[in-house]
Amino acid sequence: MAKKLGFFLCTGCGIGEALDAAALTKVAAKEYKVPVCKEHNYLCSAEGVDLIKAEIEGQGLDGVIIAACSSRVNADVFRFPGVFLDRVNLREQCIWSHEPNDEDTQMLAEDQIRMGIEKVKAGEVPTPYLGENLSKAVLVVGGGLAGMTAALESAKAGYPVVLVEKEATLGGWLNKVYKTTPMAAPFTTPEDPNVAGRIAEIEANANIKVYTGAVIEKIAGGPGMFDAEINQGGNIVAERVGAIILATGSKDNVAQLDHLGYGKYPNVITHAQFEAMAKAGNIGAKKVAFIQCAGSRDPERLPYCSAACCVETLKQTIILKELAPEAMAYVFYKDIRSSGQYEHFYKAAQETGAVFIKGDIKGITEAGGKLVVESEDILLGGTARVEDIDLVVLANGMIPTTKATEAIVAAAGEGDAAAEAAATQEAAEKILNLQYRQGPELPNLKYGFPDSHFICFPYETRRTGIYACGSVRAPMDMAKAVSDATGAALKAIQCVEATAGGAAVHPRSGDLSYPEFALQRCTQCKRCTEECPFGAINEDAKGNPLPNPTRCRRCGTCMGACPERIISFKNYSVGMIGNMVKAVEVPEEDEEKPRILILACENDAIPALDMAGINRLKYNSWVRIVPVRCLGSLNLVWVADSMSKGFDGVLLLGCKHGEDYQCHFMKGSELAEIRLSKVSETLDRLGLESERVRMIQISIMDYAELPKIIDKFAEDLEEFGPNPMKGF
Amino acid sequence: MANKSILVVGGGISGITAAVEAAEVGYEVFLVEKNPYLGGKVSQINEYFPKLCPPNCGLEINFQRIKKNPKIRVITMAKVENISGQEGNFDVTVKINPRYITDGCTGCGKCAEVCPVERADDFNFGLSKTKAVYLPQPFAFPMKYVIDSTACNGASCGKCAEVCEFKAVDLAMGAKTMKLNVGAVIWATGWDSYPVEKLANYGSGTVANAISNLMMERLAALTGPTAGKIVRPSDGKEPKNIAFVQCAGSRDENHQKACSSVCCMATLKQISYVKKQYPDAKVTIYYMDIRAMGKHEDFYNKIKEYDITMIKGKPSEIKEDPETKDVIVLAENQITQEITELKYDLVVLATGMAPATAVAKVPAAVAYDVDGFVLSGSVPGIYAAGCVAKPGDVASSVQGATAAVIKAIQSSVRG
Repeated sequence: MAKKLGFFLCTGCGIGEALDAAALTKVAAKEYKVPVCKEHNYLCSAEGVDLIKAEIEGQGLDGVIIAACSSRVNADVFRFPGVFLDRVNLREQCIWSHEPNDEDTQMLAEDQIRMGIEKVKAGEVPTPYLGENLSKAVLVVGGGLAGMTAALESAKAGYPVVLVEKEATLGGWLNKVYKTTPMAAPFTTPEDPNVAGRIAEIEANANIKVYTGAVIEKIAGGPGMFDAEINQGGNIVAERVGAIILATGSKDNVAQLDHLGYGKYPNVITHAQFEAMAKAGNIGAKKVAFIQCAGSRDPERLPYCSAACCVETLKQTIILKELAPEAMAYVFYKDIRSSGQYEHFYKAAQETGAVFIKGDIKGITEAGGKLVVESEDILLGGTARVEDIDLVVLANGMIPTTKATEAIVAAAGEGDAAAEAAATQEAAEKILNLQYRQGPELPNLKYGFPDSHFICFPYETRRTGIYACGSVRAPMDMAKAVSDATGAALKAIQCVEATAGGAAVHPRSGDLSYPEFALQRCTQCKRCTEECPFGAINEDAKGNPLPNPTRCRRCGTCMGACPERIISFKNYSVGMIGNMVKAVEVPEEDEEKPRILILACENDAIPALDMAGINRLKYNSWVRIVPVRCLGSLNLVWVADSMSKGFDGVLLLGCKHGEDYQCHFMKGSELAEIRLSKVSETLDRLGLESERVRMIQISIMDYAELPKIIDKFAEDLEEFGPNPMKGF
Repeated sequence: MANKSILVVGGGISGITAAVEAAEVGYEVFLVEKNPYLGGKVSQINEYFPKLCPPNCGLEINFQRIKKNPKIRVITMAKVENISGQEGNFDVTVKINPRYITDGCTGCGKCAEVCPVERADDFNFGLSKTKAVYLPQPFAFPMKYVIDSTACNGASCGKCAEVCEFKAVDLAMGAKTMKLNVGAVIWATGWDSYPVEKLANYGSGTVANAISNLMMERLAALTGPTAGKIVRPSDGKEPKNIAFVQCAGSRDENHQKACSSVCCMATLKQISYVKKQYPDAKVTIYYMDIRAMGKHEDFYNKIKEYDITMIKGKPSEIKEDPETKDVIVLAENQITQEITELKYDLVVLATGMAPATAVAKVPAAVAYDVDGFVLSGSVPGIYAAGCVAKPGDVASSVQGATAAVIKAIQSSVRG
């Protein structure tokens, strides 16, 4: 806890004109006996910052409250290492959102200052968790194109690499192709897969240790201290690594292709079989039909597009021309998805004379030993019927290898050990085998691809320090897989560096705090171990949590989940927020000044509140705003505290959850909503309207709606009348 | 010993990503941006596909990462003029244009209140106005004002300087030059909409109600010129019959040969903007192929649930009805092979991505592909990321920028 505090009030930007500055300082100086209290009319100026620095040094301050603008601005200016700092927002969320020189605005400012002081009193600068025997090595699981790339790129940056491949040789899918699609400009010519060259480069790199014919037996620990057991032909080898890259790729979909004659007619083959024929130099066909989206973009089969099949087929039409110059290629397609610079490749394929027919396949039949393809023809109208076909090549899609473990993940998510074991048995496929309480594999999104914020932060999975790349992460072509693996290598080395310094990775990058558990008070309820969105907490046989600080993303979901309130961070705790809530001066009922506590997610709701201020949108000044790391850190005791304190209502502002979730910690806001449903019952039992506690999902762009949301809530609370617990 | 710092040029989503990802490994980063704010094109976009979530959400996190990280130095209004030397040891000259507002600006906005002059807001493609001293955009980072010297009356007015209690207005500010020494360079200057002026058969930009897809983003955005209401630029009317024309200037031998890769998804997304505001609006797409790659197929299916007309083919001509300002689209009907002439209230041209280097080249001997995209690593130590390297969406730009960082780090290790 901070011992010696300093309070600095900025009166610039109109704060001094809109508020009674002397009265604000009095809150700190008289009520809280803060030993150092200063006012300045331009605190973010060099002079203002020097003033703060001088007091920190001269008076030995270790806690500083700056009452000025939002913490979203001037973060670089007010940076005082070693000092616990809180910024009380008197600008965006006070004078820009409320009437100047108004009693209610003044009361708001004073309460926000009280809360800021309580926060600094309760907080301290964290000392990082530094694990023992930390490793900076990167484990790459999967030795195909993506895995080999990730291994090489990490090694070239100077990091040791352990590369594990289940087949006897490296190369994966590359071993099966005659040529690859072009990897670089001008994107016109198929390339030699160069497996031998790639393997030689890996073997020549002293930083890379390769295990072929090997699988992961299990992985325990967390970033910086993963202990992997590698099973190479029954021989178990232990490796300690710092981060993991999952590059196990995909499998080609051969299920449910009978509607296209696969399995029925021997000359209906898959894309991979065509490659094998080309590799053998043996394409005896004169007329070849390529069927795109074979089993893909199909709600009954694979609903998604496999993203690579179009360019792979374009490649095969070019290969066909090379190996069988007289042969004709017909490509039946829905859309040719040679995205971006692969347009040049499309053109190259068209120049070989391949015929492209757009439409859905109506049927593939055999007549006189040859195949017949019938399809809708959108461009020419009617039906296209191509006869005398020697070979039908199906551009069958890809299924991520993680799909096989989906049932395991689901069973683990439900805490059903028996179902998990059964699913593991059935999958007959081990990938990571994480010794995590929440299950052995990465949590997936739809279709088996790993869960992540796939737009903004595509590499961040729900298992810290484990990054997926290549076609296991999303369907993609080979050039993309190379780039994807290169980026994953960066994330892996970034993780080991952050962990070495005890710092969090995204989204609270650099945060040195971590949750500490007062285990003597633990009741083994397992909520923390179940709810952590990142599977950071294991359990012992009795149900006690076994935290793994290097896996932690510092969202505080465990802290919010814990009914015994035994989990806290040095700079964020249940007690801290509780003290802030209790510091608010709640007027008596007859003063007709209701109070509303807003617990707002600092990632989106707080900026939205700031934006409301920047746009000078006014809202009810009964609110008292407390930023939280994530609504997942909401501990229900805060609701109880605020109700017993006499607050008339509590508004929880968190991010959108569900399928298209926006919560930066993936599950936080959803868990808060679940918790809240429980508190509603309690409130009803106590005779309090459960509507006094309301949760709203908002995004950063809802700033214009926010004042309406707040005002509506205030109106509703007026209708309910004052909190009957007020004054007790 | 090689220099361990990295220069990132361009402060859009790719440059921001490269900067934070490199700094979070421990490298010192200089992030140079030509605009007075970070965020680039992404900050002009209303929603991301396929989640239909606001780009400012992800940007906010990235800005937080920048603010917290003392290893990143952000230099706005700046241009890299020269790069010399080699991998591990580049000397770089950066020209910083005058902002006329010092770092002492608190963003309070009093200057703009008194400024007597207005200018067209380039952030909104001139569809709205700001004062000559203005906050570059509502979510601007850094949150500092800037003066447009071409609009400002200068010292003869000086009202802003007078009202600024922090003396942060400096109307005499001049350009500055800065020298940096870095180990590697990541070029991430992004893209520009392929100029509609070059599309003669589409009216060369003279058809008022044939707008670019980027302008559509501003029209749909709460922070845009119409507070999010989609209207016709010519008369402010609500459009009831809208056409989207794909591949305007891309997949075209006479223009950009490559596919711009994002326009299909962008159009599908913009159909959702239109349909949410005007559920009864008639929507038509002229397209060559709908490229909703990977899991984006789900989004395509979702949009297809709206009643939309899909016409395979590229319009041959787009012109204006001089009376009504309606937009006339000439195209071949694929079934009947007849030329159709259809009229729309509003046409959105899915103008492709031209690499920013089409206008401002890298001041080093890097190579370019046939469409002008930078070939990453063609000069050792200089890597390209984002849409200046290849047309792509946000996810692939973020992914590619992350990949460029480890290449830059390897240059430092080697150099």
